[in-house]
Amino acid sequence: MIRQDFRILLVDLSVRKAHIVDLPGRETYIGGSGLAAMLFEKYGDPAGNWNDPGQPLIFTIGPLTGYFPLMSKTVCGFLSPYHGQYAESHAGGRSALALRFADLDALVITGKASGPCVLSVGSRHMEIKDAPFLWGKDVFTTGKMLRHMLPGSGTRSILRIGPAGENGCAYACINVDTYRHFGRLGAGAVMGGKNLKAIAIVGDASFPLPEGKEYAKCFHEIYDQITETSMMSKYHDLGTAGNVAALDALKSLPWRNLQATSDPERIDGISGEKFAKDMLLRNTACSGCPVGCIHIGYLREKFMADNRYLYKQVAYDYEPIFALGSMLGFGDGFKVLGLMDAVEREGLDCMSGGVALAWATEALEKGLITEAETLTPLSFGEPEGYKVAIGHLGAATNEFYRLLAQGTLVAAKHYHGEDFACVLGQEMAGYATGETFFVSETLSFRHSHLDSSAYSADQKKQDQDAGKIVAGFVKDEASRCILTSAVGCLFGRGVYTEERLKDALASLGLQNVADNLLAAGEAIQKLRWRLRMRTGCDPMAAKIPKRYSEVVTWKGPIDTAYMEELRQAYATRLLELGREEEAAGL
Amino acid sequence: MKTFFAARMERCIGCQSCSLACARLVHKRLSWYTAGIRIGSSGGISTGFEARVCLACDPPPCAAACPTGALTPRKSDGGIKQDRKLCIRCGKCVAACPVNAIVQDELNNPYMCIHCGRCVSFCPHDCLEMAEKGKANSVHEEAE
Repeated sequence: MIRQDFRILLVDLSVRKAHIVDLPGRETYIGGSGLAAMLFEKYGDPAGNWNDPGQPLIFTIGPLTGYFPLMSKTVCGFLSPYHGQYAESHAGGRSALALRFADLDALVITGKASGPCVLSVGSRHMEIKDAPFLWGKDVFTTGKMLRHMLPGSGTRSILRIGPAGENGCAYACINVDTYRHFGRLGAGAVMGGKNLKAIAIVGDASFPLPEGKEYAKCFHEIYDQITETSMMSKYHDLGTAGNVAALDALKSLPWRNLQATSDPERIDGISGEKFAKDMLLRNTACSGCPVGCIHIGYLREKFMADNRYLYKQVAYDYEPIFALGSMLGFGDGFKVLGLMDAVEREGLDCMSGGVALAWATEALEKGLITEAETLTPLSFGEPEGYKVAIGHLGAATNEFYRLLAQGTLVAAKHYHGEDFACVLGQEMAGYATGETFFVSETLSFRHSHLDSSAYSADQKKQDQDAGKIVAGFVKDEASRCILTSAVGCLFGRGVYTEERLKDALASLGLQNVADNLLAAGEAIQKLRWRLRMRTGCDPMAAKIPKRYSEVVTWKGPIDTAYMEELRQAYATRLLELGREEEAAGL
Repeated sequence: MKTFFAARMERCIGCQSCSLACARLVHKRLSWYTAGIRIGSSGGISTGFEARVCLACDPPPCAAACPTGALTPRKSDGGIKQDRKLCIRCGKCVAACPVNAIVQDELNNPYMCIHCGRCVSFCPHDCLEMAEKGKANSVHEEAE
């Protein structure tokens, strides 16, 4: 329901009780990213460890969620096990609309259950069920069992973790409704640390529409633009996978632990075109989004003699094709789908998992580690060893996998392979585009290619003007803070211009939020950086591994002096953004 | 007369735009539940989607079960007309529906498809159709 205050359900797993809290601040924090940061400031302990029971796991939606198409994302705020700092991860599926129809702006989970449990919430219920029998179960089995245990089929969202989350992997994901994820920076381990195997959000409320004609008019303008123009067609056509061949052609696709940026012999086997032609089974969508960008591939595996087969459906996108495909040296999309399936089963973030294994493969080649550590042969382009290793990574079988599960750099430091660890803040996203992206991902808030348009800027000729580029990063982030507070999918950023967002907010009676939108975006950006600094972030200390200075892109070799200049300029600017005196602006 | 059919649900991507449109346009609600058509998985999202919607029974058992005349059969081809003023929110229609196509909200108001077709244009994959009975899904478009 539209309201000026935020309506929050606070669940304390330690005492198995919950209560509703109403908090003001809509004009300043909007919802989503802003609300998550506000709630972390209120309920989190910046000096504490990520797995202290009192630390909150926060899920937020925004004022436009459910009211407009593509407003279909949930923001998860938490203290990251990856770097110990405040972090955000975003996911769609049904999660956002389920929270809307549970009549909650946020779900905040604190405490630690005495044993494995499942939390179920809705507009008229809150229940914590003991579920020791689910502990140790993979993501797929857990999902199937939960369907029968929980109410609300058709109007619910199920968030669940796999073995990686239970075992404290710093890049364990939270699986959302099978095909979406709070993927990065380890939210899955936070759930695991709370003994929380799954969360069901049942959206069982119904609300009156806003009064007046403005809402209907605004809705139809946006819906028509999304469905009747070509603005969103690339997302449902080849989907993000359409970029795989394009980036390879630009010498910007990381191959074999970024030892190359193009592989003309293999690219055709993992291109978006190849996936669409031979592997695409169907599309699916997040609730409330008619685009349907989720691409499901099929995997058929012979598991026994006499033609005994099984089949699986695996969601693919650009990033998993990079991380578990080109990065591991594969030129066969079916083999890549097999690894994606294995990663899903364990509840690992596919990007960090793939990049970590790419490092392990090169470390093995260089003799820094042996099969005594990896327990299985690892070789670029050979899937069977990787499948075994993915299981070990989820289970944290031995010291090597325990270290690797804490982050590639943790293992790299231990085994002396930091130079070739492909880590830009976290395991890299799939863009070896150049200095701008390497610096952006290393330092930006989510260490994500979606924090700024850096990877696209790298693909065009640009002046090496560090001041101008950094100003662009900062402006980009503030603008994206608005959309991720609304909360819209970043694929919709071309549709949801500032004017469009203001119209949409005004049509819901939130004129005050519309009037303060730009100021709120900047305030949210600063709040996030303050939280980051309070939880230990030192942007000046963030280094870019040597491997990135060896990369050759379409522009030629990397200009390391310029990259360092840009890194220092951005880090300096972030320190300014996170200064405590900036709080006076709020 | 034309009747609503969820004719090509094997194409459905589960975006629920139809449910949201029905709730918004017909019932004046923001909801994915209090709507004449509701989309759920067939047994987990990996199994595809199905529509829970009126199948235009003729005669309609929900109308027969309604004690106050709020639901009456349409002139022809099955389905019902609803007069909300006459409804006492008893829920007899919900129990009478053989395919679970009618739901009640927290105030016991019933929601069902009235075969108006306003959701049809919101489906991005053309799963939905208004057609004469027996004629639905008769035209198969060639994919480009």
